[in-house]
Amino acid sequence: MTKANIREQEAYSAFLEDFRPKRPTLRNIVVAFLTGGLICTAGQGVLSCILSRGMPEKQAYVLTSSIMVFAGAFLTGLGVYDKLGSFAGMGAALPITGFANSVVSPAMEYKHEGFVLGVGARMFQVAGPVIVYATLTATIVSIIKLYVF
Amino acid sequence: MEFHRRGTSTCVFKEMPVVVSAAAVVGPREGKGPLGDLFDMVYSNTLFGESSWEKAESKMLRQAVDLALAKAKLDETQVDFLIAGDLLNQIISSAYMAREYDIPFLGIYGACATISEGMGLGSMLIAGRFARQVVVASSSHHDAAERQFRYPTEFGHQRPPTGQWTATAAGAVVLGAKGKGPRVEAVTIGRVQDLGVVEPNDMGSAMAPGFADTVWRHLQDMGRKPEDYDLVVSGDLGRVGSLIGRQLLRDKGIVIDEIHQDAGVMLYDPSPEVGSGGSGCGCVASVFSGKLWKELYNKQYERILVVATGALHSPTSCQQGESIPCVAHAVSIVSEE
Repeated sequence: MTKANIREQEAYSAFLEDFRPKRPTLRNIVVAFLTGGLICTAGQGVLSCILSRGMPEKQAYVLTSSIMVFAGAFLTGLGVYDKLGSFAGMGAALPITGFANSVVSPAMEYKHEGFVLGVGARMFQVAGPVIVYATLTATIVSIIKLYVF
Repeated sequence: MEFHRRGTSTCVFKEMPVVVSAAAVVGPREGKGPLGDLFDMVYSNTLFGESSWEKAESKMLRQAVDLALAKAKLDETQVDFLIAGDLLNQIISSAYMAREYDIPFLGIYGACATISEGMGLGSMLIAGRFARQVVVASSSHHDAAERQFRYPTEFGHQRPPTGQWTATAAGAVVLGAKGKGPRVEAVTIGRVQDLGVVEPNDMGSAMAPGFADTVWRHLQDMGRKPEDYDLVVSGDLGRVGSLIGRQLLRDKGIVIDEIHQDAGVMLYDPSPEVGSGGSGCGCVASVFSGKLWKELYNKQYERILVVATGALHSPTSCQQGESIPCVAHAVSIVSEE
């Protein structure tokens, strides 16, 4: 048999609807909210701790991000963060610890392919789109701000 | 010349090749699953003392072949063909395994259907008197496949309930022209089916039509009913795909619900990580080698049908949004009289 035509494909797709288990959306949202909240609370704790020791606010923000990135990377190295991600979804992916996970995990994975073509080339395999589109969005917003406001 | 064909797609063996021995080697998660005690060897971690997942997979496959040969009391010089395949690019695990043996090598790719494709070809080689003994093996490694088909292994992400878990497992069988053991009675080679499913996290839905078509053709060609089999094992439709496959067959008037099991479901305890069930070349290969072969050998079944199903997509085809072509091959095996 060759590839099914569009009508057959649509009929099959409709037929499949009854069989596909639904994603547990409510559970996923609640768990993501709580886990993401906990990670951010930990971040706030770090920030408060640094501020209470008298570091200027601007530097304290940078240091907090660095510490959280380190924590994400460290937990990735220990093989914990992928389990957290599997449990909490976006709740683990969205905070900066998740960004660290998305950079460190390919770096670990591709180290057997060398430091240039392996780690170097593949490190931003997952995080790359985030960086590209964040830069693009920031540029557009900056242009709007420059000319409109 | 007399041909050993029946119907549209089935090869029937007058002198049935014997499945002389079988061996399965699996990783830690599979070892902790419901079939854990049945496997010949269970590794305690997924690297098996190697430096990469790829080397680990090759080692596991070699181990399975060694064990199968040892069980059959054969050395490599007595084997005429080595047929093997795996999931990695250019079936590299099989190539590295094969370089360790002084046996003519045929590399094949059928994704999860590799083992039944290999057993089919091996049986034909023996029935055609081109070989006395053939070793057929296939493997998959969760971490190696994951990084090739999806994400780096340590990347945290949620799997949908339709997703399947690539098994870290290898299976090897020795087919022989004579000897003691279950016999390959007939092989139905499937046609590629593609009903437009594009989601690689839903391979069960993609593969079910291939499964249904091959089972239907096999029964047509052989002039049989599902009751003629003690067991129909698919590999690996998962929980979701099994329900779809059974329904597709029911629509053709064939009811297999009572006798159908799926290797991907048998291999693991249910969990959100495993999702719909196991998959990969090693999944049905290890379930057959670890469990079904032994049960056939002990005459717990008279006749079973192993229908391995393969999703033949590539990482590139998925990224380009193309649909998943699928194939299923059925091997009918009878226990020794």
